[in-house]
Amino acid sequence: MLYFSKLRIISILLFTITLSFFTVLNFIKLENSFLQKKINLGLDLQGGSYLLLEIDNEPVIKQKLQSKLLDIRKLSKTENLQIKNLKLDNNVIYFETTSLLRDKVEKLFEKDDSDINPYYQNFKSHELNLSIEENLFILSFSDYGLVLLKNSTLDQAIEIVRRRVDELGTNEPNIVKRGNDRILVELPGLDDPARIKNLLGKTANLTFQFVSKSSEESFGTQTLKYDEDDELEEIVSKRVILSGENLLDAKPSMNNETNETVVVFNLDRVGAKKFAKATSKGVGRQLAIVLDNKIISAPTISEAIVAGSGQISGDFTFQSATDLALLLRSGALPAPLNIIEERTVGPDLGKDSIKAGIISLIIGFILVILFMIYKYRIFGLIANIALIINLILLVGILTILEATLTLPGIAGIILTVGMAVDANVLIFERIKEETLREKNKIIAFDSGYTKSRTTILDANITTLIATIILFFMGSGPIKGFSITLGIGILTTLFTVYFIARLLTSVIVLRNKEKEKII
Amino acid sequence: MTDFKFNKFYKTGNILSIILVFISVIFLSFKGLNYGVDFKGGTLIELRVIDKNYNITNVRDVFNSLNLKGVSVKKFGNETDYIIKFQTEDLNNPNFINNIKSNIEKKNGNIFEYRRVENVGPKVSKELLKSGIIAISLSLLAMLIYIWIRFEWQFSLGAILALFHDVILTLGIFSIFSLEINLSIVAAVLTIVGYSMNDTVVIYDRVRDNLKKYSDIKIYELSNISINETLSRTIITSVTTLLALFSIFFFGGAILKGFSLAMILGVIFGTYSSIYIACPLLVNLKVTQKTILKEDK
Repeated sequence: MLYFSKLRIISILLFTITLSFFTVLNFIKLENSFLQKKINLGLDLQGGSYLLLEIDNEPVIKQKLQSKLLDIRKLSKTENLQIKNLKLDNNVIYFETTSLLRDKVEKLFEKDDSDINPYYQNFKSHELNLSIEENLFILSFSDYGLVLLKNSTLDQAIEIVRRRVDELGTNEPNIVKRGNDRILVELPGLDDPARIKNLLGKTANLTFQFVSKSSEESFGTQTLKYDEDDELEEIVSKRVILSGENLLDAKPSMNNETNETVVVFNLDRVGAKKFAKATSKGVGRQLAIVLDNKIISAPTISEAIVAGSGQISGDFTFQSATDLALLLRSGALPAPLNIIEERTVGPDLGKDSIKAGIISLIIGFILVILFMIYKYRIFGLIANIALIINLILLVGILTILEATLTLPGIAGIILTVGMAVDANVLIFERIKEETLREKNKIIAFDSGYTKSRTTILDANITTLIATIILFFMGSGPIKGFSITLGIGILTTLFTVYFIARLLTSVIVLRNKEKEKII
Repeated sequence: MTDFKFNKFYKTGNILSIILVFISVIFLSFKGLNYGVDFKGGTLIELRVIDKNYNITNVRDVFNSLNLKGVSVKKFGNETDYIIKFQTEDLNNPNFINNIKSNIEKKNGNIFEYRRVENVGPKVSKELLKSGIIAISLSLLAMLIYIWIRFEWQFSLGAILALFHDVILTLGIFSIFSLEINLSIVAAVLTIVGYSMNDTVVIYDRVRDNLKKYSDIKIYELSNISINETLSRTIITSVTTLLALFSIFFFGGAILKGFSLAMILGVIFGTYSSIYIACPLLVNLKVTQKTILKEDK
């Protein structure tokens, strides 16, 4: 175990030097972008906001089933299926048909290439589950249908969230999916997330609907409240003249005549046409501008608007006009988002945490080093050199992985310092025992290494198992802890078996004649 | 090599452990654990008072006047730092925290510096608790499997009992002193599981070696020899680990206090249990040379 070939020594050195180089990268600036690797600081260290958003899929499911209802009605007409009592109740579609047509209807829903109930050919599962009681058909989302619907909603939502966050121009935001109905938003450096929460909390469904004084409108009417004042309400036609989809651009502006802050918008071609038609017909009527079922304002149309642009007024401050314009530009969310977890760390606390982490690392490190020298003298020094290289390698690997360092992650490093010496201690203790029996120092050292190997492996594998579980089960900062501790175990094994052993062999070969070397 | 008679106190140690575990279980089942916002849900605000004359009563008064539910105010690390916890009313109201801040500012002026805000909804806290419990259970299971593959069943049983002992006692102390359980405590418990196992395995490896070597020494004596042979390592490793942990405890800041305390307890219990739970069990199960030779065939 004490013999090292030249090749081996060179590869150990190369490995160590390469990783040390990456460690150094954290402290210097380089032009080369490939080598621009650094350990990232977690939000708990650099300060910032962490938001976990959950999509409320209920409205999407309802909407999808409602459009399914229309499809079924259409199908019933074209195929003459005599479907009756078609209704949607609690996200389940019910309808009846005659016993004669029963099989035909069933086939339409259950065949592999069903148009009304798709997905079977791709996923071996239909979008909807069908059960039949005599002539009553009952349809509800299959697990797969639900997953696909949720995934596509999530994809759309994350895109909109990204646009809204990007518009705010925050520093390197991190926006990722979590499961099939959650979005994680990390915003480094942001210590007041109120504005972004405001922006993400709005679906931003914009519609233009006529105010209808009589409730006898052919499309039906609904009563909507004003955004500003809960007391005020207006009866509005259910017919949507124009929606946010037709918006090309929106920005805050100043109306020179009224000296009010307004939001100016531009419409696409289709939208401009629709808007021109509606406004020319409706001169003198009030047009309600509705955002998420609340009326922003309901101005009276004084003349037809044909230029494809317009403005929204409504008691805005410049800030609120900016935010509304931002929401309109980035588009509507497919479903409402709920904030289910929020963590914000101020920059001062982050700095304090880094300081405390580094101080405790240095103190812990010095204590361990002194203790080892006191216990083992020259071999304590070897263990300490191994420990220092261990730390350098650990930081180097974290840099290559561009891992995120959290406060618990620093704790993991300090703990590594405390536990890393264990392997060397096991070896040294074993060697001490061997030297009692064996006069030949080289043989004694050799068997000390050999005999302690299983124990060291066992001991480290058990800790590694705990770390791996922590990595997969833990969240955020805890993950950071498991990463540093886990990599720490691997670098420990490397330094013990290559660095410390190499140094040990040098000492032993030089002092083999001495009576007592350990 | 030392020659302490650890085995003379096997019985005493066992009785002591049984009593301690019993007390812990009583506390855990009747008093329960003091879950933080991670697991209970709610809002946590860490703040620093700007005016040094402001004391805990003043801070408490400020928050009690806000009509929040279940307000608790505690000092946190520094003299000027406080942790305030209360039930979140509406996590979805984006202005929830800002309303609180502006209400305070209106009434009392600019008196606080807000250092940290955490809001955990009921759904997330339930999930975090569940995944914490799963993580700890999984790690115990994984250890059981690993040790079962590596050793004979008598050894596995001893190691797992020692593990349970350490985890239950650590949690018991957290329950007795109403110390807060948060995500980092779960990490600490998992690390304790790894450490305790590590410590037991080192002694067990030696016991197994010695069993192979000496057929005429009874396990009662043999386990004592093995403990003594590995004692030096046991002490050195726990000392260096504790040095690192105490350094985190005293200098690592208030956030890591609970974590390092749990680890310190775990390391102490883990070291103790390897000697006084894991080894006596081998004696009680009458492990002999045959036990390990049978397996080897």
